[in-house]
Amino acid sequence: MGLEEKIPEGILLTTVDKMTNWARKSSLWPLGFGLACCAIEMMSTYGPRFDLARFGMEVMRPSPRQADLMIVSGRVSNKMAPVLKRLYGQMPNPKWVISMGACASTGGVFNNYAILQGVDKILPVDIYVPGCPPRPEQLIEGIVKLQEKIKSESVRRKKK
Amino acid sequence: MIESLERTEARLGDKFGGGILEVSHFRDELTFLIAKESLIDILIFLKEDAELKYIFLTDLTATDWPDREERHEVVYLLYSFESHSYVRIKVRAKEGVKVPTASGIWDVAGWFEREVYDLFGVEFEGHPDMTRILTADGFEGHPLRKDFPLTYEKPQFSHSVDEPPEVVK
Amino acid sequence: METRSMTLNMGPQHPATHGVLRIQLELEGETVLKAYPIIGYLHTGIEKTAESKHYRKVIPLTDRMDYLAPMSNNLGYCLAMEKLLEIEVPEKAQWARVCLTELTRINSHLVWVGTHALDIGAMSMMLYGFREREKILGIYELVSGQRMMSTYFRIGGLAEDIPPDFDTRVREILDLFPSRYDEYEDLLTNNPIWRNRTIGVAKISPEDALSSGLTGPLLRACGFKHDLRKANPYSSYDKFDFDIPTNDGCDVYARYLVRLEEMRQSLRIIRQALDGMPEGPFVADAPGIVLPPKERVLSEMEALIFHFKIITEGFCPPEGEVYQGIESPKGEIGFYIVSDGSPYPYRMRVRPPSFVHVGALDKMCRGGLLADVIAAIGSIDIVLGEVDR
Ligand code: SF4
Repeated sequence: MGLEEKIPEGILLTTVDKMTNWARKSSLWPLGFGLACCAIEMMSTYGPRFDLARFGMEVMRPSPRQADLMIVSGRVSNKMAPVLKRLYGQMPNPKWVISMGACASTGGVFNNYAILQGVDKILPVDIYVPGCPPRPEQLIEGIVKLQEKIKSESVRRKKK
Repeated sequence: MIESLERTEARLGDKFGGGILEVSHFRDELTFLIAKESLIDILIFLKEDAELKYIFLTDLTATDWPDREERHEVVYLLYSFESHSYVRIKVRAKEGVKVPTASGIWDVAGWFEREVYDLFGVEFEGHPDMTRILTADGFEGHPLRKDFPLTYEKPQFSHSVDEPPEVVK
Repeated sequence: METRSMTLNMGPQHPATHGVLRIQLELEGETVLKAYPIIGYLHTGIEKTAESKHYRKVIPLTDRMDYLAPMSNNLGYCLAMEKLLEIEVPEKAQWARVCLTELTRINSHLVWVGTHALDIGAMSMMLYGFREREKILGIYELVSGQRMMSTYFRIGGLAEDIPPDFDTRVREILDLFPSRYDEYEDLLTNNPIWRNRTIGVAKISPEDALSSGLTGPLLRACGFKHDLRKANPYSSYDKFDFDIPTNDGCDVYARYLVRLEEMRQSLRIIRQALDGMPEGPFVADAPGIVLPPKERVLSEMEALIFHFKIITEGFCPPEGEVYQGIESPKGEIGFYIVSDGSPYPYRMRVRPPSFVHVGALDKMCRGGLLADVIAAIGSIDIVLGEVDR
């Protein structure tokens, strides 16, 4: 979808890569939804003290159709997992996933019948942010890491 | 507080002597174990009696005792705004036996009963909407029963996709 | 002409459902005929998990239920356990607990006022609410080292003594917040848009409120002067002087006024708690249940043994069952603990206020407009972590 499909096979790109990556990394639009406690910390990150707008990504998109970053903020129950998968499917390519908190990454303290033991079982996760809940600084660090990752991607190689 | 509990005990004993199977006091809390048949009458009496006025259903839940013959124990917790006291009512039921619903007395009871049904598998007779409430669609079993396994995953010491973590049931 | 009602699905991913609530709405035009909440999208199995943990280790789980008011949950659980074990908590710990749970109340209400106003359209309120909340999180961090999941209360008292600059830091809040509340009132209370969207919206009659089991600010906004802090005082609340705000409006606006006044009353309680903070130990003297202080563990054999036993084996309370309800910011949160004499709880039941309140959503929304559903959800102040547990 998008740029990737317009470029014919067998062409190397350097400057175009740099430009698209720069554009993509500087305007990540996260999907605005929260799952559990971590979501409150995520809201603090958007809030006045930590001010995520400094990194160019304060535009929360309520609709997955307009978002390209999904922050899985909190525990994912088995009931929520199909919904999450569908939301991810509705997001246009290219898209990235941050797994925020111990629960989203591994199930956290809730190793039981109800909770999905790690969101990476259903979604391809790019960045894991540890903590229960991670401090806003940690989340910001995770996002900055993701930006670095995006910078090193190539338009040709971005996973579908 | 203590006097009001004594009064409750005396009044309920006068009225429903036969329906009360057991009375217990523990840490200033009053608990009645009653027969299933007189449950609704007792609840209505407690709610409407001019002296007791336990008009508020604080909680409705259950416990599971798989070793007993009657494994389900449904617990009602009533509160009185007059005497600021709680009283706990319990009924027991065998597996598969229905307990009469209290949703006609308090609306919130219907909501709690759905939870009990979902987590314990106790069915309530006459409940308008006896469906699962918390667990995932297509879930089997009743998680808070003692014989339902916690179902946890063992910690994994390998990054290989071919060795998925072991799930203990 | 044939007319049909329309079924609309709202959630679980919806910016105004405060998490993962899903509601099935039956509409006729803009009018809501029926609202059927579908919950469980955050079902965590906390009650089941608690049955596999020692009594002490359940406390961190309670934090993660109502994550806007972690200290209230801790307090409820600890009080229930202290009742079961018959432990007398020293005065200093009680005062500190009161102080911190009232801060928690403000914390929770601040998030509520922010998100609720945001849903209705007042964007800047959210920023203000979160700005003030950071101050309270600072206090949490000061006492426990964690911003949100503090787990600071323990069975028998506190995890550690309150730090030396606790007093000055809390007093800063006391001095700052009244003017901030005035700011909120300036922005909202007489704002015509706010009034239009809240007055007369999502009404519930007092009888229905009782029958639906509403507690806390929702019940008080129906004119009932009921507050467990006064009715069944716990943790020395009877020694504090404060008022219970009530309102007869039964609508969203009434709930707003009640909560706003509650935040002011909380400041009053905190001031009294700070002024009268007693000296003395911060945990009860209950060997075998309360961990001995670290210095003694390092130097005395007996303390080391106790420490080891509590951590590895836990402790066995007497057989029996207790219920302890407390007034959390959302309403009555109660812990019903059944003990069979083993170190693990046989059953740990939480009476969650938000769960009950979601059940009353249908009554509030029926006959109202679609847009008012958002106001209703906001006004009952749900936390999905507690609804689904
Ligand atoms: S990691 Fe901790 S804070 Fe985050 S959702 Fe899980 S329990 Fe809540």
